[in-house]
Amino acid sequence: MNKIIQTDPDQVEDVGPLYAARKNVYPQSVFGTFRRIKWGLMAFCLGVYYLLPFVRWNRGLGAPDQAVLIDLPNSRFYFFFIELWPQEVYYFTGLLIIAALTLFLMNSVGGRIWCGYLCPQTVWTDLFYAVERLIEGDRRERMRKAASADPLKLGRVFEIVLKHSIWLLIAWWTGGAWVLYFTDAPTLVKKLVTFQAPAIAYIWIAILTATTYLLAGFMREQVCVYMCPWPRIQAALTDEWALNVTYRYDRGEKRMSVKKANELRALGLPAGDCVDCYQCVAACPTGIDIRNGPQIDCIQCGLCIDACDNVMKKIGGPTRLIGYDNDINIQRRMAGEPPIYRIVRPRTIIYTALIALVGGIMLYALLTRSLLDINVLHDRNPVAVKLSDGSIRNAYTVRLLNKRGFDRVVTIDVDGPQDAVLHVVGDDSITPDRPMVVLGRDGTTELRVLVTAPSEKNTEKSIPTKFRITDIGLGEVASAIDNFVSP
Amino acid sequence: MAESELDEVSGKTTTGHQWDGIKELNTPLPRWWLITFYASILWAIGYWVVYPAWPLLWSYTRGALNYSTRAAVGVELAILEKIRGDKMIALGAASLADIEKDPALLTLARARGKAAFGDNCAPCHGSGGAGAKGYPNLNDDDWLWGGSLDQIVQTIQFGARSGHTKTHEGAMLAFGKEGILKRDEIGTVANYVRSLSGLPTRQGYDVAAGAKIFAENCTSCHGEAGKGNQELGAPNLTDKIWLYGSDEATLSETITNGRAGVMPAWVGRLDPSTIKALAVYVHTLGGGK
Repeated sequence: MNKIIQTDPDQVEDVGPLYAARKNVYPQSVFGTFRRIKWGLMAFCLGVYYLLPFVRWNRGLGAPDQAVLIDLPNSRFYFFFIELWPQEVYYFTGLLIIAALTLFLMNSVGGRIWCGYLCPQTVWTDLFYAVERLIEGDRRERMRKAASADPLKLGRVFEIVLKHSIWLLIAWWTGGAWVLYFTDAPTLVKKLVTFQAPAIAYIWIAILTATTYLLAGFMREQVCVYMCPWPRIQAALTDEWALNVTYRYDRGEKRMSVKKANELRALGLPAGDCVDCYQCVAACPTGIDIRNGPQIDCIQCGLCIDACDNVMKKIGGPTRLIGYDNDINIQRRMAGEPPIYRIVRPRTIIYTALIALVGGIMLYALLTRSLLDINVLHDRNPVAVKLSDGSIRNAYTVRLLNKRGFDRVVTIDVDGPQDAVLHVVGDDSITPDRPMVVLGRDGTTELRVLVTAPSEKNTEKSIPTKFRITDIGLGEVASAIDNFVSP
Repeated sequence: MAESELDEVSGKTTTGHQWDGIKELNTPLPRWWLITFYASILWAIGYWVVYPAWPLLWSYTRGALNYSTRAAVGVELAILEKIRGDKMIALGAASLADIEKDPALLTLARARGKAAFGDNCAPCHGSGGAGAKGYPNLNDDDWLWGGSLDQIVQTIQFGARSGHTKTHEGAMLAFGKEGILKRDEIGTVANYVRSLSGLPTRQGYDVAAGAKIFAENCTSCHGEAGKGNQELGAPNLTDKIWLYGSDEATLSETITNGRAGVMPAWVGRLDPSTIKALAVYVHTLGGGK
């Protein structure tokens, strides 16, 4: 039993420091299809983010006219024609489920589309890199300036100040747009520029300015590699059919010069297309080499595809040496078979179906949601009261919700104990048997309701009792069940 | 005790202390710690100057800011009063009947009344006003001293048998202890009282004698039919609600020893608008007339 375990000296791990210093990344500017898609999406995303608070939507008198508004003081969320109350927060749960499923679907079709094109971290970092490139020059120039040991000259100081000023300005706009979602945007802008806005607005702008400036200006790809959980999760969600940004090593290897490759091909020997020009590495915003295969640092932005395509065009080779592909097809090509693409497969079908299902449920719930509601809370102390003639009375706190933008009149009636008489405290309605109550627009009304019933006809300890309200104008009905209890 | 020496490994001197060959390094405190320490001392001195700090024989050092937690509470209370201001003034100005007709005033009065009830009334009447033996249930429609808003205000202000000059007076006499009624007469009239509200009576009790005793002793307060009298706080004996209990033993005890529950007077202890709010709260518990 006492077997001596031999340790292989080659297997012993190097116990070095767990910390690795950041290697600065100086991405080269690129032109091409994916760069254009990224510019387009950036313009769209930022446009929506910055301009949406200024879009107006008429909701009638007394209601805010901002299309998208999170009204915290009044506990309302407005989204165009939708108005949600705090108790309807489950719609956001539904949205989050759809968002998660959409991420899964995107991932199973085209890898980290979210990371590469849509994530705010990517969009803002891309924008900050664009500013940096505009002011300090492209990759080589920035590398030279960063490595330079010369004392700072005025021009260089000016460049640095200008770059950080523009970064801060963008960051400030980012935070500035954020607070506009929480109150009437034009009013707040006016107050902000006249320094009359509430302190909390300035505090939030300052916080988001700081985070944007730090995350997009300094931390950049480190957020994706070290902070974000999504790269890890997506690695577990992807499958062999998903199209990821892939270096086609079947075509690229072995790397060699154009001249040597032509010579080898002339002799009928195998040769690789990759000329080892490192343009894909130069263009990468996370500073990796895609030719090392799929890796967690790769946000799959497609910029290396553009970089490689440009080189291939120059040397007259076929493009898409790097492209959206997968390992199955690489193996098939190596075996001399044509590639196959399976966008429609059980995984994508199931995700799409789930998105449709959740979306359908949410849409149904939204379209059929009640704009009139009633909540009943039975008095706990005393639960029941015996009156001098021996009859039983129960008291309830009834809360009525009117989600419409106008006042309405409802009648209340109760169904449960025999010969029950309903009374609303403070209400001297002309119809005492079926009290009428006015509900203010877009708000709740709390009533104290007394239900009295003779004890001899209601001998059960607890009788289920239905409280029903009916809008006398629209005929809308809402009800709630509680109990009528005997002492 | 060895001499202080230079430690080769760390390059620091030792203190000279030694335990079984283990020497103690003379490592200075970290600088950040020392800075924090001295800053705390400076802070404390500043605090003594600015805030109340040192107890003196009959007083204390008041500090440059003249700060006092008591004054701070006073300021906060004043702010609270100011916030409530308009509403409480409106409550004080409105007539009792109007309060219940104005939903906003009713909500305010009930909220204020509920808080005041919890603070002042709940020990006897219970947190929901359900009462207990000897302490009336304020939710029902049976009132000793009247259940209209004005009558409730009157009772809250001056109480019952509270000693206040305007208090409700009148008590159940101790017919047994005072020797007015004999033991068997008490049993007979207790059964008669039970019959007034339709409760079963002991078999073979003398109805005529019971009626006679009742007519001679009880009707001056409880009325000929036993319906009670709110002027005197005499309960209605014909209904289903009993403050102390309706069984024969309890009734006999009541007749023998009498009853005189006390409710304190609240005028002067609670401000008028709070009493108003309390009255509205009690009235809207459900039993208000």
